[in-house]
Amino acid sequence: MITKILIATLSMAGISGLLAIILVIAERYLANYGECKITINNQKDLIVKGGSTLLSTLNSQKIFLPSACGGRGTCAYCKCKVIDGVGPLLPTEEPLLNKQEIENQIRLACQVKVKQDMLIEIPEELFNIKEFETRVTLIQDLTHDIKLVRLQLIEPYEIFFKAGQYVQLITAPYAGVKESVSRAYSVASASHEHDHVDLMIRLVPEGICTTWVHNYLNENERVKIIGPMGDFYLRDGEGEIIMVAGGSGMAPIVSLLEKISKEDIERKVTYFFGAVRKKDLFYIDEMRNLENEIGNFTFIPALSAPEPEDNWDGETGLITEPLDRYLSRSDNATSQAYLCGSPGMINACINVFVKHGITRDRIFNDPFA
Amino acid sequence: MEGLSPWVIFFASIFTGNILLVYFLGMCSFLSVSKQVKTSLGLGLAVVFVLTITSALNYIVYYYILEPLNIEYLRYIAFIIVIASVVQLLEMIIERISETLYINLGIFLPLITVNCAILGVSLFMVIRKYTFIQSVLFGAGSGIGWMLAILAMAGIRARLNEQKIPPALRGPGIALIISGIMAMAFIGFSGIVQIQ
Ligand code: FES
Repeated sequence: MITKILIATLSMAGISGLLAIILVIAERYLANYGECKITINNQKDLIVKGGSTLLSTLNSQKIFLPSACGGRGTCAYCKCKVIDGVGPLLPTEEPLLNKQEIENQIRLACQVKVKQDMLIEIPEELFNIKEFETRVTLIQDLTHDIKLVRLQLIEPYEIFFKAGQYVQLITAPYAGVKESVSRAYSVASASHEHDHVDLMIRLVPEGICTTWVHNYLNENERVKIIGPMGDFYLRDGEGEIIMVAGGSGMAPIVSLLEKISKEDIERKVTYFFGAVRKKDLFYIDEMRNLENEIGNFTFIPALSAPEPEDNWDGETGLITEPLDRYLSRSDNATSQAYLCGSPGMINACINVFVKHGITRDRIFNDPFA
Repeated sequence: MEGLSPWVIFFASIFTGNILLVYFLGMCSFLSVSKQVKTSLGLGLAVVFVLTITSALNYIVYYYILEPLNIEYLRYIAFIIVIASVVQLLEMIIERISETLYINLGIFLPLITVNCAILGVSLFMVIRKYTFIQSVLFGAGSGIGWMLAILAMAGIRARLNEQKIPPALRGPGIALIISGIMAMAFIGFSGIVQIQ
């Protein structure tokens, strides 16, 4: 009995071993294409071992193109643009690509193989979205209900994002909450600082993530973020930039302002910041500093219900009111609007902008979901 | 099956015992790759190629290793391993030899690694006790039969594009109905020769 089992196992092992050896040798000599360089979006070079498909090569470099069929060439999710370094269109790709895509040099990454240096293009988001391991280095009260959280990146140690984009913060289980959730927060730090991100997080009563951040998260703890994502960022243009944001909606605006300051963008910038009372205002000093750094920047805070002891002599009323007054005095023909805040506030502001001739295609917003 | 001429087996496996339309093996690639005649031809050739080679190799593995050691019951595993590695090996070789050959044939090889028609042929050849020559021709014949079927299917499907098909039946639905009709047509061949 034992010998029978032994013979069976040994002979199977023998057959598979032999075939494996043959394959390994073949791989070594037949499928050896040496080292190849893949240049992505003209900004990143990867040195990889040639011979396997583009999809799996990219995967091994932690760049994940979507793929539903596991590389069998049926789902067409793995499309990517290959500019140079690839053979003619394969018959397995043809049925899944339309004329326009073929003209645009779109290929299926699971079908083309890396055999030489390649020049490819993949959507920025895919190329950039990563999971970051970070450490909390600072938790600071901005107001009674908004905290600034600074996350120092550990692995990967650098992030490249456009000012205005957001990241997803992944919570750890705490107290009664057993699952992790992820919530999106705009990055408040400058996009030229690659080693950390700042988030502004406002306590939402009963909010799973915000409660965690406000009451359970401590400095030096490790947290994970995924990003960057989102299409709220500064658009090209000549005209005035009008920003409206209240509360923690300040975050992406700060990042945009930092960019404007850093890159000396010479456009007129006006930022309307809405709050209820004086104790909801924050970052005033930083804003005044930015006013000095950016040539033509005005910061206009407005309180909707100032307390008597606030001694408030600035703008009052809902943020739409000073905005309305301002727009009726300015030339809006080429202005762009950047809004961040609750959907209600955004919609109210959009109405005001449209009323003053700023069309929807010049209004960009980042609503809190 | 000593008495049967290998050529009878060859032709019989193309028509009367068509591996696809009579035994319904290799259906998945038959349905998914039959959208264009050109690709079907490539896939069909790859199947012919792989079937011929693997039936020869599996014959050797079965009669010279498995049977003497009394471990025929392991043939499923052994056959699958042989098929998978041979397919990979062939792909690498073809890729090196010629780009055109690779584009027209080699690229399809990975798609048929797990094609059940390939395993089916190896198992049939054992069950029906074919000799070596018979097995090889049976493999080649089955491959050609498979290619014939997928080519016919692709031709029909190309025509279908211009037809009005009820929306619910478009795509896989109508493809299945057509394969059913084709299978019935092939039943007409059966009875001419018996090879099992
Ligand atoms: S991964 Fe599905 S087609 Fe490439």
